[in-house]
Amino acid sequence: MSQTVNVRKPIPHSLPCVAMAGGIFMARPEGTPEQDLRDFLIMAEHAPDAQEVDRRDFLSVATISVTAVGAGFAAWPFIAQWNPAADVLALATIEVDLAPVAEGQQITVSWRGKPVFIRHRTADEIAAARDVDMDDLKDPQPDSERALRPEWLIMVGICTHLGCIPLGNQGEYHGWFCPCHGSHYDTSGRIRKGPAPENLGIPNYVFTDDTTVVIG
Amino acid sequence: MADFMNNGLVRWFDRRLPILSWTNHHLIDYPAPRNLNYMWNFGSLAGIALVIQIVTGIVLAMHYTPHADMAFDSVERIMRDVDYGWLMRYAHANGASFFFIVVYLHVFRGLYYGSYKAPREVLWWIGLVILLTMMATAFMGYVLPWGQMSFWAATVITNLLSALPFVGEPLVEWVWGGFSVENPTLVRFYALHFLLPFVIVGLVGLHLWALHHTKSGNPLGIDATGPQDSIRFHPYYTIKDAFGAGMFLLVFAVFLFYAPNYLGHPDNYIPADPLKTPAHIVPEWYFLPFYAILRAIPSKLGGAVAMALSIGILFLLPWLDTSRVRSAAFRPVFRWFFWILVIDIIVLGFVGANPPEGAWIVIGQIATAWYFLHFLILLPLIGWFERPRPLPASIATAVLEGSGSASSGRGAR
Ligand code: FES
Repeated sequence: MSQTVNVRKPIPHSLPCVAMAGGIFMARPEGTPEQDLRDFLIMAEHAPDAQEVDRRDFLSVATISVTAVGAGFAAWPFIAQWNPAADVLALATIEVDLAPVAEGQQITVSWRGKPVFIRHRTADEIAAARDVDMDDLKDPQPDSERALRPEWLIMVGICTHLGCIPLGNQGEYHGWFCPCHGSHYDTSGRIRKGPAPENLGIPNYVFTDDTTVVIG
Repeated sequence: MADFMNNGLVRWFDRRLPILSWTNHHLIDYPAPRNLNYMWNFGSLAGIALVIQIVTGIVLAMHYTPHADMAFDSVERIMRDVDYGWLMRYAHANGASFFFIVVYLHVFRGLYYGSYKAPREVLWWIGLVILLTMMATAFMGYVLPWGQMSFWAATVITNLLSALPFVGEPLVEWVWGGFSVENPTLVRFYALHFLLPFVIVGLVGLHLWALHHTKSGNPLGIDATGPQDSIRFHPYYTIKDAFGAGMFLLVFAVFLFYAPNYLGHPDNYIPADPLKTPAHIVPEWYFLPFYAILRAIPSKLGGAVAMALSIGILFLLPWLDTSRVRSAAFRPVFRWFFWILVIDIIVLGFVGANPPEGAWIVIGQIATAWYFLHFLILLPLIGWFERPRPLPASIATAVLEGSGSASSGRGAR
């Protein structure tokens, strides 16, 4: 009982036509376009619509599909092993005593391997940060959303461009300046000029009392 | 047929494993164009550089400790305590630079003589894949000493991935195995840095396969028409390659013994500090033009894309160059633009080495624009409008008339 099952309508001729157009495009002017064209005609002749689809094709497609799915599952552990491991993920929180940080000073603490800037802002800096037209900002965000308490600005000290650590009290906006490719941040840590796309990040933090903050 | 193939024992062996006749076919009797100039030396020099890197690298791996807390000290131990450790490390560090020098010259040879044109497009592609793999290998190797430049190069380059929309952030953390460049990053870079050179060896095999299938090009850019156009690879080109290797090793030795740190950066002798970025970070010299292109675009994603495209467009070169003539020796207009491109890339290198301020920003943007203009607009147009000089009838005619080596383009006149 050899009966062919036509499970699919012949596809239109557009595919071989595109292939031929590509062939003509790829044909080298000084080479032999005829040769290239012939190759593509041969390809077009063997395109799926030129043949009938039978059970053997079905078996081939099924076998390949199952193998591909299996290979995908087998590959997954090899990909996933690169994710941050459980010990790295274990959420570290740090507690910082703010008492010694005088107004106008900044300290850098390390949290999850990243520097966190804690700045005790002066009244001038706060005023400069609040007195900004949102339309002037690349990544608009009011200062009140960036500092739970206006005098304490707590941010991840990593340039949102390519990850360098910006320098404090520098740049055209008297906030931070990243020397790597020249990004300027204002006194609220918002990007004002340069290639960085976003404001400096704000970690989760809570004040447990007036001079203690827990980050993370 | 080489003499040793007449030996009975050799033939007995060869009938069972034809490795000797294969070697004979590809390295001894292989018919090479009779007019190859010294620009055709850089392929074999790149092979020598690859061997130097693998041999010295394996030695270094026997003494190096891939751990964030110990890597820097283990490198210093290699330098101070291990017998000839300094030689191995300096040879490996300078060897990387020399590998890039010869490969870049090899690529420029290809650009000048149209080596990417039919039927050698696949050969050209494999070469570009080798170049990309080399770059990845060099980058990961530079991270291993875990100095300040290592650490911050790793940070800046891996952060390029974060420019991708949506997948960027998770992708970077996946590459890091953490939330910043940390010990897991160092260890996986070490494993890959060990692996990739052998991948390159495999790719070189494919490169040579494609080369010997399509046959070597030559300075005239015309195909060999018969035996009068070729000479045997051995002894003519084995001796020429050997002479080139001697000169290469001489220059290499000058750097190795008299200026081993000239091409490096002093900041990399400061241990990595994740809380402090050096004031001025620069990549190794061989990445400077690409770094300049990255910085020329004032947008994070745009810069990363432009940098990727700067090599990406070279894959389309066989079709961007519309001229039917291969060799620049016969292309008066193209030749000018070729040299302007070379200057443009050198300018990009200087831009990449300097801080992104003042005039450097503008120069970098102009040079970047010119780079893409050259490949995407000028090259197709030149091919249409240029009137190439007449090509010689055959390699042999050109050579016997005394103008066969069109090494500086004079051959055609
Ligand atoms: S990393 Fe800060 S400007 Fe590029």
